[in-house]
Amino acid sequence: MPERAGPVTHKNNKVMIMSVNALYDYKFEPRDKVENFNGMQLVYVQWAGHLMFCAPFALLVEPDMSFRALIEDALKPAVAAHPQSVKADFLAAQWELNGESFTPNADASLVDNGIDHKSMLVVTTPGLDGMFNTGY
Amino acid sequence: MAVKNKKLNLKDKYQYLTRDMAWEPTYQKKEDIYPDESFEGIKILDWSQWEDPFRLTMDAYWKYQAEKEKKLYAIFDAFAQNNGHQNITDARYVNALKLFLTGVSPLEHAAFQGYSKVGRQFSGAGARVACQMQAIDELRHSQTQQHAMSHYNKHFNGLHDAAYMHDRVWFLSVPKSFFDDARSAGPFEFLTAISFSFEYVLTNLLFVPFMSGAAYNNDMATVTFGFSAQSDEARHMTLGLEVIKFILEQHEDNVPIVQKWIDKWFWRGFRLLSLVSMMMDYMLPKKVMSWAEAWEVYYEQNGGALFKDLERYGIRPPKYEDVANEAKHHLSHQLWTTFYQYSHATNFHTWIPTEEEMDWMSEKYPDTFDKYYRPRYEFLAKEHAEGRRYYNNTLPQLCQVCQVPTLFTEKGDATKLSHRQIEHEGERYHFCSEACCDIFKDEPEKYVQAWLPVHQIYQGNCGGADVETVVQKYYHINIGEDNFEYVGSPDHKRWQFIKGMAPQQKGDDEAAEKPNAA
Repeated sequence: MPERAGPVTHKNNKVMIMSVNALYDYKFEPRDKVENFNGMQLVYVQWAGHLMFCAPFALLVEPDMSFRALIEDALKPAVAAHPQSVKADFLAAQWELNGESFTPNADASLVDNGIDHKSMLVVTTPGLDGMFNTGY
Repeated sequence: MAVKNKKLNLKDKYQYLTRDMAWEPTYQKKEDIYPDESFEGIKILDWSQWEDPFRLTMDAYWKYQAEKEKKLYAIFDAFAQNNGHQNITDARYVNALKLFLTGVSPLEHAAFQGYSKVGRQFSGAGARVACQMQAIDELRHSQTQQHAMSHYNKHFNGLHDAAYMHDRVWFLSVPKSFFDDARSAGPFEFLTAISFSFEYVLTNLLFVPFMSGAAYNNDMATVTFGFSAQSDEARHMTLGLEVIKFILEQHEDNVPIVQKWIDKWFWRGFRLLSLVSMMMDYMLPKKVMSWAEAWEVYYEQNGGALFKDLERYGIRPPKYEDVANEAKHHLSHQLWTTFYQYSHATNFHTWIPTEEEMDWMSEKYPDTFDKYYRPRYEFLAKEHAEGRRYYNNTLPQLCQVCQVPTLFTEKGDATKLSHRQIEHEGERYHFCSEACCDIFKDEPEKYVQAWLPVHQIYQGNCGGADVETVVQKYYHINIGEDNFEYVGSPDHKRWQFIKGMAPQQKGDDEAAEKPNAA
């Protein structure tokens, strides 16, 4: 009987994480570590209540770009097809970062705003909640 | 061993040609010969209890299959000679074949590889023979599907490089990663995943829609393949049920392990089938039944009866089936609007459903279509009419486990995206659902290495930095031919020419494409 890698449980982020049951020591590097992105990082942005965009956007950005630049250069072009996009004031909107409410500093960098690799941002624009009363 | 009669009866013949081909090892330990059999924790006390679902021996197998295939290929020939593609209901139908050929046929080949592998890993001869026979079936299905659809490749776009695309194109990582997950598991999990959860519980939701869809839309080639595969599929389903009952009857310690696999593979299969849901409701010009109806019949009713039957082993219905049941009212619409907006990166076309089709959907989805989805199509149609055909030019977030964009909505709230995220060993991971997040947490080592197409593009591993280069050079999707909107596409124009409604396009081979004499 070969040496078994698992199952072992340990606490991580308040959830129980199990381990794969394998024939050998089954360990792989995460494929999407930040160093694989050539100096860039990923950030996901969802405009809540605007399902015209089927999923949150996956954006490739410079970690030291300002939050304002993220809005102007990445988010605004991404949402331009939506009729409500012209009325949206994203800097004055309500933001969530990785599930916690968050007040961005527009002129600070993403890193200084605490927006690290593969962070998830959700923006809610009060008064603009999509079309047809269905969050589209 | 002495044989009394010259001609063996079926039972004896079966015994000699399967079980008796095996032997008890004398100078090697059994666990050294079958090293993969025990690490999953499944306890098998007595392999002789294995009941073979079909008492089929190799000599009979070759004879039956050869006869079937002779007939099948005669029909393929007739279909090609008579320009059978001109008789289908509408060229939009061919897009279902493009999805099938790139998404499903390569899975048949992956199944062939998987069953060949596990057919070596069991110490029980009955299970080995069953797996080997299914492996050959799967290889045949992969081949005959490609032959059935190859005629369409001469007349329509997007069918030219299916196996290559399967390994690269973003949405095809959904079926590919599904099978890679199963094939990299141990042999018992593989059988629970593919033979039971997929072939037994969910296969009717794949084969009935595609094969009935072919029949309803006058695709003689594909429907004939379907008939020829039917007896094989029946055998695969029976094997799936036998596998699960055998494992559960062998030892009570097997129950929680199998339950965990059923939970996982039900959900993985359900996510994979979301592609079929949009095919059924949107890609078939003449519709068979709605996805919601198919789910009710083939999962809620048939699956319900099955899990009632398995209750006596201590097995309950899959976790999160309530989410899947509720999603039947939304699934196809959410998938189609996703592919509609990413049509520039697919080998098939998308379109706005016609008025009649939308009325059909209102009838089939009385609680959701008019409320949520009809207004979206009316809006998108207007945008298109005004010269702004909607494409989403920003790449989507993908689920770390099922690899579908995180597009699904929460159970009970179709205005709210379902999204979960966790941190694991310093890295963030995102999921489309609680169920996919559970699967990750159970075996994080498997999914941290997921090859997520969007991230691979951003890492620079897909031939270029812009979507156009990736699509053309890395995916082999011919821009302006295979992708984008159906209306006005080369396929659409060619179809109009075939039907005598438009002049011939430049570059079309006149001999290959003449309108029907009728």
